[in-house]
Amino acid sequence: MKPLLLSHFTVTSCIGIGLQQTLDALLHARQGLKPCDFETVDLPTFIGEVDDLDDVQMRDGMAEYDCRNNRLAQLGLEQDGFNNAVNAAVAKYGHDRIGVFLGTSTSGILETELAFRHRDKLTGALPEDFIYSKTQNTYSVADFTRHYFKLAGPAVVVSSACSSSAKVFSVARRMIEAGLIDAAIVGGVDTLCLTTLYGFNSLGLLSTQACRPYDVARDGISIGEAAAFALLERPSATMDDSAVLLLGIGESSDAYHMSSPHPEGLGAKIAMQQALQSASLAPTDIDYINLHGTATPSNDAAEAKAVSAIFTQPIPCSSSKGATGHTLGAAGAVEAVICALALQHSFIPGGLNTKKVDAELKLDYQLQNTNQPLKLVMSNSFGFGGTNCSLIFGLAETTGDAK
Amino acid sequence: MTPKLTAYIEGVGLIGPGFNGWASGRQILAGQQPYQSAKTVIPTPELLPAAERRRASDIVKLTLATSLEAIAEASLQGENLPSVFSFSNGDGLNCHTICEMLATDDREISPTRFHNSVHNAAAGYWSIATKTMATSSVLCAFDASFGAGLLDALTQVTVDGTRCILMASDTPYPEPMFSKRPIPDNCGIALLLAPQKSEQSEKSITQIQVSFTHEEAFKFSDTALETLRLAIPAARGLPLLQLIAKAQAGSVVLDYLDDLRLLVEVKPC
Repeated sequence: MKPLLLSHFTVTSCIGIGLQQTLDALLHARQGLKPCDFETVDLPTFIGEVDDLDDVQMRDGMAEYDCRNNRLAQLGLEQDGFNNAVNAAVAKYGHDRIGVFLGTSTSGILETELAFRHRDKLTGALPEDFIYSKTQNTYSVADFTRHYFKLAGPAVVVSSACSSSAKVFSVARRMIEAGLIDAAIVGGVDTLCLTTLYGFNSLGLLSTQACRPYDVARDGISIGEAAAFALLERPSATMDDSAVLLLGIGESSDAYHMSSPHPEGLGAKIAMQQALQSASLAPTDIDYINLHGTATPSNDAAEAKAVSAIFTQPIPCSSSKGATGHTLGAAGAVEAVICALALQHSFIPGGLNTKKVDAELKLDYQLQNTNQPLKLVMSNSFGFGGTNCSLIFGLAETTGDAK
Repeated sequence: MTPKLTAYIEGVGLIGPGFNGWASGRQILAGQQPYQSAKTVIPTPELLPAAERRRASDIVKLTLATSLEAIAEASLQGENLPSVFSFSNGDGLNCHTICEMLATDDREISPTRFHNSVHNAAAGYWSIATKTMATSSVLCAFDASFGAGLLDALTQVTVDGTRCILMASDTPYPEPMFSKRPIPDNCGIALLLAPQKSEQSEKSITQIQVSFTHEEAFKFSDTALETLRLAIPAARGLPLLQLIAKAQAGSVVLDYLDDLRLLVEVKPC
C-alpha cells in the first residue's frame, strides 16, 4: 500500500486525557483500572473509566448529540490541538475533501438503556427528549464529528466490535487512494454502558480483578472507555524523521464462531501476513507487536499461536489492555496511538498487571518498559464475529520518505 | 474534481416489502408488473449450520438471502469474496429486548443475545455460512447507509482491484423504539461488484460509474415505491436497481449525506 502520514493524533482513556498524560502513564507503568462503580452496575469486575465525562458540556449547536459517547468524542477531539489540526486541514484541502471514519461498538446505547427506565407508565413510550439518531444510532459519533468540524465529505462508522477502529484506517486508505478525499479523521470512541458490562458477564469473560493479559492465571477482560483520533494524509515532503506512517494493513474473517476466536488463530494469522505483505516487510523487520491481548484464556492463546506461526524469531510483545482496559470499538485506535508514542519516544511499553507470563504461549511478552529505538511496529485488533485487523506503523526515517 | 469510480455489476439480490427476490423484483422495477407493497418474506437460511440457524435473527437471514441471490446470479461458487455490510441499525428486536432487560433488576441477558447485539453479527454469521475468510467492512451511516456502503465497496473494487459484495439490510425496531425510528419492515439489497468486465459476456450485467454530486436525489413517481425508498435506508438503492432492471443506459442520483449525493451512471453490458 502507499504509506499514509498520521499528521496529528490524540488519545483519551482512563490512563490519561491527551498525549502527555498518556505518555506519562505509560512511562511510569501506571494503569487506570478500578473496581466497577459505574452507574447502577453491580458486578464484581474492574473498569477503565474516563473521569468527569458527566461534566462535559456539548459545544454550541451540538446539544442534540449529548450522550456519554459523544461527550467523550468531544473531549478527545479537543486535546493536543487535534481540533486545530483538523481546521488547518480544512483550510488546506477544503471541507468537502476530508472524510470521517470512526469506529465504535456501542455508540450511545447507554442513553437508550437509561431511556428504557423512564418509559411512560401508560403508553410505554420513551421520553420525548430521547433523540435516537443523534445518540444511540451507530453512526452518531461520525455524524457528531462531521458536524463539529462542519465537514462536507464522506463519513461512515465502522462497527465490527473490537476491530472497528483498526479497520477505519483501511476505509480511509481506500478513500484517499481512490482520490475521493485528501485527508481523513480516523479513530474510535467507545464508552461504558450496561450492555457490554452485563453482556461480557453473561459470557463469563469479565475478570474479577484488573485484567492480566498473557498471565498464566488470566481470567478475562476489564472493560474500558476511550477516544482516540488520527488525521491521515498523504506523506508530505516536509515531514521529519519522527513522523509516524501507516505502512501496512491486513484484514480477515475467521468464519468460525460468533464469540470465540479460531483456536489456531487462523484469521489472525492471515491478517498479520497481509499486513506484512501490504507493507512489503518481512516478520524480522518488525521491532514490537502491540497485541490484541484481551486477557481471556482463549483469545490470548489463539493470538499467541498465530504470532508464533508468523514470527519464528522471538519478538518483543505486550498488550496495552492491562493499562487501559479493553476499550472495545476504540481499542484499535487507542493502540495505534500507543504504537505511535512508542515509536516517537523509543520505548517498548511493558504489559501491566501480568505477574507470571503463561509459558505455554511461547511469546516474548514484556513485563517492564524497555528503552530502545523502534522503527517498525505492528498492532493487532480482533473482534467478535471473527473480524481481524493488523496495522503496521513506522517512523518516516525508516521509509526514506522523510525530508 | 472528484473522480468517477467504475465497477461492473455481476449480480443483484433484493428482498423487501413487495419484493421476493431480484428475479421477480426486476420485472416490477422495469414496469412490467405493478408494484404492490406487502409484508416482507424472508427465506429460511439453509446454508447456516443448524446451531447458527436457530440463533440467527431476521437481519442475518435477510442479508444471507440477498447475498446468495446476487452470488448465484454471478455464478460464483466458493469465491473468497471481500464484503461490505451496511446496516442503518443492527437487530432491532434484539436491541429492544436487551434494553428492556437492562431496565429491570434482573439484568442477566443471555450470551446469544449479547453476541447478536454487535453491529457485525450478520457479517459473522455470513462468513461462517459462506466460509469466507476475506475482509469485511461493517458500516453504519444512518439514513445514508446504502450510499456509504456502495462507496466503500467501490473503493475496494477500484483501489484493490477485487470483486466485492455489498449487502445493505435493515430491520425494524418494535415499540417503543419504533416511534423514535419508524422503519416499517425488513428490506435488503445486495450487489456483486467486479473491477473488470467479465470475459463471459453474460456475467457482467451493467457498468456503473459513481461520483459525488449536489444534484437532487431521484424520486419515484410511483407513490408506493417512493414511500418505500424514504422509509427504509437500504431502499435508497432502489432507483439504481430500477435502472439496472430496465437495461438502459442512463444516470440516477442516490441519497447519501445531507446534500452530498451519489451520481450513478449506468451502461448495460
